[in-house]
Amino acid sequence: MDATEIGLWGVPLAILGGAIRVSTPFIFVSLGEAITERSGRINLGLEGTLVFGAMTAYAVAVMTNSPWLGLLAAAFAGLCFGLFHGWICKFPKVNDIAIGIALMLFGSGLAFFFGKPFIKPKAPNLPAIPFGGWSDIPQVQAALDVNVLFLIGAALSVVLWWAFRNTRAGLIVRVVGDSSDAARAMGLNPDTVRLLATGVGGALAGIGGAYLSLYYPGSWTERISSGQGLMAVALVIFARWNPLGCFAAALLFGGAGALGPALQSVGVTQGYYLFYAAPYILTLIIMIATSSPTRSLAGAPGELSITK
Amino acid sequence: MREGSRKAVGVETIGMTMRFGAFTALGDVSIKVPAGSFHALLGENGAGKSTLVKCMMGFYHPTSGDILVDGREVAVASPRDASALGLGMVYQHFTLVPSLTGAENLVISREKVPGIIDWRKERADLAVFMERMPFKLPLDVKVAELAAGEKQKLEIVKQLYLGRSFLVLDEPTSVLTPGEAQEVLGLVRDMTKAGDLTVLMISHKFHEVTAFADDVSVLRKGKLTGTGRVADLDHKTMAAMMIGDQPIAALDSRATPKPDAETVLKVRSLKAPDRTGLKSISIDDLGVRSGEIVGIAGISGNGQKEFLEVLAGQRPRNAGDVLVRGSAYGATRAEARALNVRLIPEEPLKNACAPKMTVAENISFRTFDVDGNGKPVSWISTSAIRAFSARLVEQFKVKTASLSSPIASLSGGNVQRAVLARELTGEVDLLIVSNPCFGLDFSAVAEIRARIMKARNAGAAVLLLSEDLDELLELSDRIFVMSDGALVYETPIARASVQTIGEHMAGHY
Repeated sequence: MDATEIGLWGVPLAILGGAIRVSTPFIFVSLGEAITERSGRINLGLEGTLVFGAMTAYAVAVMTNSPWLGLLAAAFAGLCFGLFHGWICKFPKVNDIAIGIALMLFGSGLAFFFGKPFIKPKAPNLPAIPFGGWSDIPQVQAALDVNVLFLIGAALSVVLWWAFRNTRAGLIVRVVGDSSDAARAMGLNPDTVRLLATGVGGALAGIGGAYLSLYYPGSWTERISSGQGLMAVALVIFARWNPLGCFAAALLFGGAGALGPALQSVGVTQGYYLFYAAPYILTLIIMIATSSPTRSLAGAPGELSITK
Repeated sequence: MREGSRKAVGVETIGMTMRFGAFTALGDVSIKVPAGSFHALLGENGAGKSTLVKCMMGFYHPTSGDILVDGREVAVASPRDASALGLGMVYQHFTLVPSLTGAENLVISREKVPGIIDWRKERADLAVFMERMPFKLPLDVKVAELAAGEKQKLEIVKQLYLGRSFLVLDEPTSVLTPGEAQEVLGLVRDMTKAGDLTVLMISHKFHEVTAFADDVSVLRKGKLTGTGRVADLDHKTMAAMMIGDQPIAALDSRATPKPDAETVLKVRSLKAPDRTGLKSISIDDLGVRSGEIVGIAGISGNGQKEFLEVLAGQRPRNAGDVLVRGSAYGATRAEARALNVRLIPEEPLKNACAPKMTVAENISFRTFDVDGNGKPVSWISTSAIRAFSARLVEQFKVKTASLSSPIASLSGGNVQRAVLARELTGEVDLLIVSNPCFGLDFSAVAEIRARIMKARNAGAAVLLLSEDLDELLELSDRIFVMSDGALVYETPIARASVQTIGEHMAGHY
């Protein structure tokens, strides 16, 4: 990529493009985690679900030559992982965080096991819409090449934000997440609601994984995820369990992730590696800045095991 | 259903019996609550009051006995059946969802909620419904931001919104100020008078029963020990029905405080953040002298808890001094030991015990690591711990299966006795107490208050934070009112009036 043509303008442009490209898995995983956490449970296993989703999507896309079937398969695999987590957690004295960590390792391990034969073959990619067609600068075109999943994710965050207030299902998830007792008094079964919420969360994480292997970076390797699944959990807290906040935070993280490559592309040769760590440093800074020893987290669901 | 107030229904139980294994929680109880009446159900903890109402509400299936609604026998197999018959219950602990608004809480609790909620229509319906209600409530605010009295009203409104016309109120005023209690019960009373509602109120406050109820039934140990018109019964008779012939600890008479008594606790221009981090509490000047009880009244959530946490060392302070006998007090273990400061926080099982550790270990928390002379020991002796706690268990009449039972297995009253045993043994110069009798039964309450009074007479300075105004009036020498994080009013006990204190609590000055 030759960025010298437009000079330093390449940096913000690359960050914008990167934000759109890198943020999509963050959007899906964090929306999924937001649904799960709003129901009062944490699923740390989404990192494993993400990796397994990436593998499933790639494998199915290679075999059927259809990226969309791959995407569906990834969502289904994620749903299964989520339901499994929800099913184990309904037993008494089971800790959702411990199960999540176990499932994270299990998901990645299983993905590596089944994914070995698919490292070589080439799968068809998910389509992107070239919003940059009006410009003849290649950098602008590259930055504005927006994948459909990004648009779906953006729409989904608005829909979820609306649904948490205006639908029966949304209110039920919030009731269960805030007070199991109140839910039981209304005749709701908290375990069932959480099971479904964790299932849906898993399915969204699977879709996030499919984006990784079928669009960007666009191939299946064992190092396909760099902790997006885990960072998404931090992101949900930062976003105060608000789907719109999740979307904005995902863009921010995506932009931070694109900082390193962007600097590299304009010819910074030293120290840009440091900027590859930007999303992780951002995670740390956000967690420190938003936590306090003297007050509880505003907006946190009351039944969440980390805030109890 | 939401056409709202159907006419009140009458409910009657005949020969209700409930056995759990060999234990009879309820034996042959028959009570009659006619339509449009206000009926009080009195009894101590464990007397079977909640078992009885849970049978009526379909949570329990009675071993034998029948329920009649409006004279007709009905089967109540589940809470759903009960609500279909128009029976509803307002629990002592709120069942509203804190992060939802009032309107959201009302709508989602309905049996049939549309998949997509049309808020414009719901709001219009709610406004129409609220016009018929005697309560005025903000419905667009999160429930967590409502005051306790408003929450209690919303609970009642919710039941009416769901079309219930027979309500069980489980100790409805335990979290309210006297003024709020008067208001809520008065409005409910008006609704029963108008024939819109029948009420069965569980209570242990005689003055409420006398002021609002038509009839009363009294339970003791699962048996109905008395029933009748409230007008025909006085407090003494009701108390006798309630507690039988067991002895009640009498309060020591107050020893006259020495005029030159030393000021033990001194708090000066203390500032600390509250739990939301948005507001702060500030105590300008508070002194507690040896041999007096200083009571702090206030509605829950006005900073009493934060103040206690600062004194207990659980909350950092931004500014100000806490002095005990003139030396700065930071609530470290060494300071508490040197200055003989003892603490009895509210909800003792949660705040003053390690629930899964044994009774013996919990009782020895203050002393397990020192020998008889206050020197640190290098080897902890389990036999010394057992001997020490066996003595205290005996002395404070803690009922426990054994010294090695986990303290969480004890009843609330016995947990509090165990904590008192630990905190009141040895020399006590300053005693800080918060809501010591919350949720305890008659005899435990009397005994615990007697112990606190004894400590005062023995020369301890006592700071008593309580939400129970009756308790403060009974025990204190001086009363402060805390409102919005500050002490706003002070009165010696001789000139204290419930009226004035209540107005200051509500912030009407």
